[in-house]
Amino acid sequence: MVAEAGHAHRLTELLRENVDRLIEEWVTSAAVVLRGRSVRAELESEFREFLATLLPVADGDGRNLSGAEYAEIKALLEEFSRSRARQGFTPSETASSVFALKRIVFELTEQEEDPELFRELMRFSTLLDALGLWTFETYARAREEIIQEQSEQLLELTTPVVKLWEGVLAVPLVGTLDSARTQVVMEKLLEALVETGSEHAIIDITGVLAVDTQVAQHLLKTVVAARLMGAECTISGIRPQIAQTIVALGIEFGDITTKSSLADALRHALRREGIDVVRRAERRTV
Amino acid sequence: MERVPILKIGGVLLVSIQIDLQDQSVLALQEDLAEKISTTGAHGVVIDISAVEIVDSFIGRMFATIASISQLFDADTVVVGMRPAVAITLVELGLTLGGVRTALDLERGMKILRVLGEQRRGPSSDEDADPLRALL
Repeated sequence: MVAEAGHAHRLTELLRENVDRLIEEWVTSAAVVLRGRSVRAELESEFREFLATLLPVADGDGRNLSGAEYAEIKALLEEFSRSRARQGFTPSETASSVFALKRIVFELTEQEEDPELFRELMRFSTLLDALGLWTFETYARAREEIIQEQSEQLLELTTPVVKLWEGVLAVPLVGTLDSARTQVVMEKLLEALVETGSEHAIIDITGVLAVDTQVAQHLLKTVVAARLMGAECTISGIRPQIAQTIVALGIEFGDITTKSSLADALRHALRREGIDVVRRAERRTV
Repeated sequence: MERVPILKIGGVLLVSIQIDLQDQSVLALQEDLAEKISTTGAHGVVIDISAVEIVDSFIGRMFATIASISQLFDADTVVVGMRPAVAITLVELGLTLGGVRTALDLERGMKILRVLGEQRRGPSSDEDADPLRALL
């Protein structure tokens, strides 16, 4: 694929001779797509750096981008694509900046009638396509990383263990339950039981919209694990629809205490602790 | 092979497991404990596993076995200080330790045994004669 020894790569030479004109036209055409959201000078310095890195490998056809010679240009594009992703550009806008170079190079070589140059041009075009697609890939990866991070943070945020009373902990669950989340809930609750020396735990599922057999299974596991550690676990806040689902699915809660509301569950826990909540005698009116 | 010591406090036998349990040690512990309950006439057994970090199904079954053995001598068994990771493992293994009582720590475990012992002898028993009362 590389030009034969002694036979210089004509296209590279041509590009090298016209660097300034190329950059000028490239920036103009890319700025149209980006509609003034990027500063011209910034684009120019970016493109100049890009072209300087591209020229040494311009004689390849980019069919196999994993080669070591492309490492530098790939790293540069990755940085380029990431910063664009952060600035809120779409992947198409980022990639079209790369593709814009193609048209300019075609215009540059229009007058030439050398078939060898034409073949080189075709290979160069394939290389640019591959590089453009690479920005797409990097963009998608950057977004995936952000999403992954956010979902992990969400998992932590939505499962607080709160202390209701001396020796009584509660976990208000909100949203959908899946195995990963129930696992987090289970671990956090059990850790908190040990740390605070609490003998009662309440899992409140008022905010849970759906319960299937798997979720019920996870809840039961949590209750049994708490029991193994010597704590009592109550489930509260089962919605009417969910109660129907549970019965329809034939899920057995066995000897696990369930209460209709968090207040009932708290009263139950307090009674087990030997605490009675009584209304104070009515205050005497003066 | 390491042996787990069995300590007697009043009418209660305390087994504190502080070593990595091998299957052989588990079998030896079961033998020793049966021997000890029979000779001392203890009414309760506390197994402290707060130092145990790894369990397998064999150790999981040990608790149930010990509970059954104690039951034959009319003694109650309480497992205390189970760590969260151990509890999760046992649940995942499907071992729910049906007949075994559990408590968060040794203090609460002793309290459970005291209450059970009182129920057994009836509330009218002389409290000063209960060595556990003095202990707690």
